[in-house]
Formats: sequence, structure tokens, C-alpha cells
Amino acid sequence: MSTQSEIGVPRFALVGTPNSGKTALFNALTGSRQKVANYPGVTVERKAGILQTPSGRKVHLIDLPGTYSLRGRSPDEEITRDVVLGRLVSETTPDLLLCVADATNLRVALRLVIELKRVGRRLMLVLNMIDLARRRGIDIDLDRLSAELGVPVVTSTAVRRGGTEELLRRMDDMAAGRLEPPGENTWKPLTAGELRAAQREADRIIAAAVGMPARPDTVSARVDAVLLNPVAGLAILLGVLFVMFQAVFAWAKPVMDLISSGFDTLGEGVHEALPAGLLQSFIQNGVLGGVGSVIVFLPQILILFFFILMLEDLGYMGRAAFLMDRIMGGAGLHGRAFIPLLSSFACAIPGIMATRVIDNRRDRLTTILVAPLMTCSARIPVYTLIISAFVPATHVWGWLSLQGLVMFGLYAAGIISALSVSFVAKHLFLRENYTPPFMLELPAYKLPSLRSVVIGLYTRAKMFLQRAGTTIFFMMVVIWFLASFPRPPEGAEGPAINYSLAAMIGDALSPVLAPVGFNWQINVALVPGMAAREVAVAALGTVYSIEGGKEAAEQIGEALAGKWSLATALALLVWYIFAPQCASTLAMIRRETGSWRWMAITFGYMLALAYVAAFATYNVAVALGAG
Amino acid sequence: MTDTVASTVSCMPLGQANRGFCGQINAIHVGEDVHGLAAPEIERRLLELGFVEGAEIKVLHEGPIGRDPIAVRINGATIALRRREAMAILVTSSNRPL
Repeated sequence: MSTQSEIGVPRFALVGTPNSGKTALFNALTGSRQKVANYPGVTVERKAGILQTPSGRKVHLIDLPGTYSLRGRSPDEEITRDVVLGRLVSETTPDLLLCVADATNLRVALRLVIELKRVGRRLMLVLNMIDLARRRGIDIDLDRLSAELGVPVVTSTAVRRGGTEELLRRMDDMAAGRLEPPGENTWKPLTAGELRAAQREADRIIAAAVGMPARPDTVSARVDAVLLNPVAGLAILLGVLFVMFQAVFAWAKPVMDLISSGFDTLGEGVHEALPAGLLQSFIQNGVLGGVGSVIVFLPQILILFFFILMLEDLGYMGRAAFLMDRIMGGAGLHGRAFIPLLSSFACAIPGIMATRVIDNRRDRLTTILVAPLMTCSARIPVYTLIISAFVPATHVWGWLSLQGLVMFGLYAAGIISALSVSFVAKHLFLRENYTPPFMLELPAYKLPSLRSVVIGLYTRAKMFLQRAGTTIFFMMVVIWFLASFPRPPEGAEGPAINYSLAAMIGDALSPVLAPVGFNWQINVALVPGMAAREVAVAALGTVYSIEGGKEAAEQIGEALAGKWSLATALALLVWYIFAPQCASTLAMIRRETGSWRWMAITFGYMLALAYVAAFATYNVAVALGAG
Repeated sequence: MTDTVASTVSCMPLGQANRGFCGQINAIHVGEDVHGLAAPEIERRLLELGFVEGAEIKVLHEGPIGRDPIAVRINGATIALRRREAMAILVTSSNRPL
């Protein structure tokens, strides 16, 4: 057909139910020769790759989102439907559909095959995880199955070396043969009656072609008896989360320090090598500072996704959602939202990336919306600076540190506000008149394949650096520009930033921010603080002409204690709980939601919350005599 | 008549079943306006996950809060769903030991 003669490379597509091991098979077949991007206009991942058959023939393979039917209940499933039916303009219609099925769990997969047959394209059934099925004593008569279905059947084991040989050989044969659709497309969305009939037919075929062992597999059920136990299960989940949180937070720290000190050294090298001036400042602060501020997140992202991919491959994610469903559901969040939200304690960027585990768009948007409210690690320098300068180091009830208590309060305020906002969002503007049902298959536990996890990590890292890198870097350069232009006049006194656009913006903001108790120095520091929250600390140092940057935090604290009222300090603390002071997060929201609208909504509501809360804090504090 | 009485007595919504319940699906009947989502849509989603009349079913696990959601084994696969949706699945208890 056209595609083959035009490009000479046949296009195959993997279709299958969730948990069929489709992605592991895709990874095994294409290895690192794959590209992950989004389908135009939607946030659905498009995974494509090239593989070589034993005879040296090249085949283009795409991994379509998992689905139970072609009805297209979500954006992901619509993509699968449209590609299979050849309706998607941006995608060439596949020459062959490979329907991947978990050989240990055929019922629903065979019903999908029966539905796919109506599309009239070339179709082959791939019985994946065949080794597992054989070990459990499931005896599949391949010839009978193929005859009953009227579709060629091949077996594979994605996670084992050589487990795809037979599949590749058959793909070779198919690619060599005729690829034009053998029949007419008679597919229409299945009615409930047709679904029932198709499932009965699938069950009949299984009864005819598959011999089930006398004793069904009980390993997963026995593991679940512990992992889904109301008490032990929650305790284990908390333990898993604790380790994960620790890892993202603590293990990444040395590498992150290394990266940022590496970029600092590089910047100093540039500083030495170039004459003082614009170019020096641009390369040191704009380019290197900008690139460094993006790459510094990479260790956290890799560690977080290592855990997510492992837990997903293991089959634990669905269990975690099962345990958390009611707890998260009370606040209008999906059971799967808790990992992204927890990750956001480290940094909202990996948190927002992790929302990809939530398949319902509405649930995913709510989670993205509230993720930046979780207290990320970039807030810590700001919090510790102000707390150590203004909160006395005394103890409450003899043993509770007052400073620690304030810190805890700030974290609690973040969590409570995130849950409240999602609750309000659910009831106000994300209302679509229904709560999506929670129905989820809990797959049998499987040992994760290291290769698949490594490929997953590699594609995430690449995607982050390529896509987020460009937007975040651009914003960094803009912020550098604001803080550097115009240059101070000849013989000007005080730091250069006081003459810049950032200072003008700070001044312009004064009438607006005076009611919340901010002076112009704070306003000026808030502008470069958009690059990353902790930059505000260094910026305050610059504005108050204190040498030494971040290392001089104590010194800055002393200076602030003498210059600010307690009310101003408290207002700034509260401001930082809510304020959207992070260009990278906003850029990430823009990237992940695919719309400026959601970025603007997040920015707007967080700014409004920050202003109202800081205003209230300042005025209450002044009224109580702290002004 | 005893026959119908017996079947109506033993027929109950899966949403009310306790852990360890064993039985067969008798009917999928989605009540209106309970789910917010159109009833035929819920019905098709249940069917797509393999909940069809005649399938063997067993309640394996219950969630930590309000014993919700539940995890059920259906002909070899394990599915988690909320009791609210499980109310649409009418089951007949089998007398076999658990």
C-alpha cells in the first residue's frame, strides 16, 4: 500500500489492554531507538521507534495508549481509536496491528481482539508473558486459538533475552507479505449488548483453546492479603513513601550540590576569563545560571522516576491508589494523585511531571493546579532566613522549639491549602457534574525489568532537558535581563540592580504591595525571586549591599531583623506559602497541560491567595502591636 | 414459586458483599443518577472490565476507610472498584466454602 511504497518502511502499531506488558514489549523491541513526544494538541504521549527484523528489514513501531475498547473514553483512548481507524491526520495509518495480551489473563484481551477484527486491518495477537503462563500451568493451544479467532497468534516474553525472537520472525513474514487491509472497516462503538456477546464469545474461545490449571495462582492474592490489609497495607505504603521522599530529598542533594557548585565554578571561570561587562554578566548569570538552574533538578527527577517506574512495573501503583482512594477522594483528588503531591515537597517540577500516572484529565489538572502549594525545598532557605531572624529561639512547654513549630506550621499550611483548593476546584470550576468512577485492574505482581526501567528513565531525562530546558532557560534569560538593564549610570552608588528594570518593577509594585507590609527592597528581590524562590535570599543580600550571597544568610538575617517589623516578616513568610514565585514551575505547567490558560489560572489563584493571606497577616500583626 | 423466592433472597448487590464473598454475577443493572455518569456508560465500563453475567466472582480485599473500595477476583483477574459502582453488579452467592 501507499505507506510502504512511499517510505519503504512498514508501520506496525502495538495495541492492548492496560497491564498487558505492552510498554515492556515496546522497550524490548525498540530499545533506545525510540522517541517520546506528545500528539499535537493533546497531552497524550506518542511513543515511536524503529526495529530491525532478523532479515534486516526496518519496521516502524508505535506504542498506542492502553485501552479496553475502541470507544475512546479518555484523550488517550481516543488517540488509540483514531490511529487504529486511520482517522488521525498527524499519524500514518498502521499497516499491521499487534494486539498484545497478557497470556495469564486473556478474557478481556480476547474481547478486544474480537472488536479489533471489525476494523478490517491486518491483525496479529501477541501472547505476552508466555513464560509466566506456562509456569502457572496455563496450557494454550495456539493453533486452536488462532483458528477460533481467525487471527495469527504468536508468543513472546518481553522481559527475557531472546523472548521476542519468534515475534520478530513473524513480524518479518508479515512485513514481507501483503499489507493492504484484508477487509472493510465495519467498526462502530459497541453497545452493551454487543460487549456482552463479544465477552461470551471470548469466554467460549478460552474454554475451547486454553487449559486452566486446577489451582489458580494465589501468589498475588497472598501478597495482597498483607499489602492491601487496612492496617499493615497503609503502614507499608507510608514506609515506601517515606523511603521515596527521603531519596528524592536527601540522596539527590549531594549530586545537586555538585551540579550547582560545578556551574558556579564554571561561572567564576567565565568571570575571570571575560572582561567585566554585559557579556560577562550574560554568560555567567544569564546562560550558565539559567542552564544550571534547570539541570540541577535532574537528579531529583531521575530518582523520583526510578521509584515510580519500579513501583509501576512491580504492579504496586494500582494497590497504592486502592489504599489512598478514599483518603484523597475526600479532597476531590484521585488516589493516584498522592505520589505527584508528595514529590512536590521536593520540587513541584518532578511532581507535575509525575501527574502523568493519572489518566483522567480532570483529576490530573486538579493535581497540577495544587502541586505548587506543597512546600518545596526551594522555600526552605527563605523560611529559615526569616524564621531565624524573627522568631526567637525559645521553647514552648519546655521542649518544643518555637522555630521548628513555625516551620511545621508553614508546611501544614501548604498541605491544608492544597487540599482546600482541590476541594474548591472540584466543586466550583472543574465541575463536570460527575466524579469519575474508580475502576482499576490490579495486575499480578511481576519483577520489574531493569532494562525497561533504564529506558524509561532515559526517555524522561531527555524529554525534561529538551522540552522544559528550552522554556525554563528562556525565562531565566528574561529575568536576567530585567535584573541587569538598564545599566547604572556612571559613578552611581549602591548595587547595580537598584537601577534595573527589576527595581522599576519593584517600585511600581510598591503601592500595591505596601498594604501587605512589603518595602521596596522586598519588591525588588521578588523579581529575580521568580527565577527560583531561594534566589530571593541572595537578591535581598544584593539589595541591602551585603557581600557573599547565599553563604551570608546569617548576616542578611541580622540586617533584616534591624530593618523590618515583625509584621512585615510574617507577611513575607505567608506570601511565600502561596505565591507563584517560580518561573520553572509555571513553564512546566504550560508544558504539561499544553495551554497557557492553565498556567495563567495557577499563577492567578496563587497570587490572589498570597496577597489576601499576606494582607490579613500583616494587618492582624500590626493590630496586635507587631508593626 | 420457591425457586424465585430462593433466587431473590440470595441475589444481592456486590456493593454490599463482605470480604470473602464468593458467587456468580446474576445481572448488571445500573440505577439512574447514582453515579453522575450516564448509566449506560457505567454499564459498558463494567462490561469492558469483564463483569458479565455468569462470571465467577470473589471479594478479596476491602479498602482501609469505610471498607471501600473493594478488590474482587473475576475469572482470574483482580479488579478494584468503589462500592458505589459495585452496587450495579447483582450477584448470587455460591454455597461453596471460601
